[in-house]
Amino acid sequence: MSNLQASLAMIRQPAVVQYLLRGVVFTLIISLIAVLLGIVLGSVLALLRNYGTRHPVARVFRRISIIYIELFRNTPLLLWIFICLVFCPVPGFLNRKMFGLNSAADVKLLFKAAVALTLFTSSVIAEIIRGGLNSVAEGQFEAGHSQGFNMVQVMLYIVLPQAFRNVIPTLLSQVITTIKDSSYLANVAVIELMARTKTIMSAAGRYNGTGTIHVSDVFVLFGLAAVIYFIINFALSCAVRAMQKRMKRAPVRPQTT
Amino acid sequence: MLSAFTPDAWARVWAFRDTFLLGLWTTISTALLAILLAFALGLLFGLLSTGKIKALRLVARIYVEVIQNTPIVLQLCFMYYALVYAKRSIGITAAGILALGIYHGAYMAEVIRAGIEAIPKGQFEAAQSQGFSYIQQMGYIILPQSIKVILPPMVNQVVNLIKNTSCLYIIGGADLISQTYSFVTGASTGGAYGPAYIVCGLMFFCVCFPLSRLAGRWEERLKVRDRRTVAAVSSGPIPRRVIRRGQKP
Repeated sequence: MSNLQASLAMIRQPAVVQYLLRGVVFTLIISLIAVLLGIVLGSVLALLRNYGTRHPVARVFRRISIIYIELFRNTPLLLWIFICLVFCPVPGFLNRKMFGLNSAADVKLLFKAAVALTLFTSSVIAEIIRGGLNSVAEGQFEAGHSQGFNMVQVMLYIVLPQAFRNVIPTLLSQVITTIKDSSYLANVAVIELMARTKTIMSAAGRYNGTGTIHVSDVFVLFGLAAVIYFIINFALSCAVRAMQKRMKRAPVRPQTT
Repeated sequence: MLSAFTPDAWARVWAFRDTFLLGLWTTISTALLAILLAFALGLLFGLLSTGKIKALRLVARIYVEVIQNTPIVLQLCFMYYALVYAKRSIGITAAGILALGIYHGAYMAEVIRAGIEAIPKGQFEAAQSQGFSYIQQMGYIILPQSIKVILPPMVNQVVNLIKNTSCLYIIGGADLISQTYSFVTGASTGGAYGPAYIVCGLMFFCVCFPLSRLAGRWEERLKVRDRRTVAAVSSGPIPRRVIRRGQKP
């Protein structure tokens, strides 16, 4: 049996397949949580940075949000993962075996790493949402105020819905980026796809039955991971492009002359 | 937690300042070489994807899609381990430069493609009608005009590339992040988490923030100019009286 056949036989073992598929699920869940929480946190940051100019207290919050956004955008994700590993507190109920992970320590690692990814992603999403807010015409604010809406109502009912509609494609492509970024977690914990691929790789000699690791193992294992990442992300990027095309064809705002 | 910020911890970081400076230097030199490679690949594939030959356009498309839709960490591991197990290892830093260059080359290619496509078609036709060859057309007419569209996203890519040097950690690099981590976990140096991470973060920030600020400024200026152009074009009908050469108004 050639090396390539041995390598291919390795990824047909049910245990290996299940192990990797779990990794895919974790990758998707971690990324989705990071983006969804990132949208919440990012919206707050973006609103503070854009409109916190009136009140002195608001100006303090604006300063904080600017510092937060610029700090996270100009430092690597891996640094924040390392920082969270040491400094992020973990709520007590997570201190046990769950999610099909091996130990309570792994669950805690997952939580800390997910916090780092969320914090990092929220700074990027804040800037995306700010772009959306800036694309809402000034007249919309004035129209809202003239109807007797207060600032919060104007934001909630008039500005934010339009801003979000304008940035949906960009937010979706941020999901792609976050899925790719989640592979940085492989540096600290064996949870998601990249880490699991690397774990199998380091024991490939045992799994392929030949006792040693060959080049073909590298190609088969990392190639499989690459294909999985590619299928997920390419499908998403096709969706992004379709959306952008549709938005270009039908302008969101009615054209008035 | 606060024990990580004791004066003793700061003193330890200061004593090992050379480690951090070496890491910073590795990160910057790796990034510089990778930027050169990324720029060369970006220019090549950017031109291919706007060219006339369909097969080459397809090649450029595949390069961009495959690279942009898979993580840099995976690409780096793939390349590094494939070379190691083929007994042709090129070393950690060289593998890092190659992987970073190839990864960000795909993004540069898209940036350059968008820049070229932003130039009106008439410019290409005008250049051709003046007898410019393809190289001359690109070098003298098209690229100089698209540079202002290209530069801001390109500088953003440089910032991302500098941050992504941290992926070298997974194969045991000597970049700033890896040096910091081995410092805080080392047997004789360990424990000074707080100060070490602050120093490391500040170093990254001092390199990346000015660059991303610059890119932001350029982008803003470009937007203002675009708005002005649109306003100028759409503000009412253009005056009928067109002054022809040699004709008195």
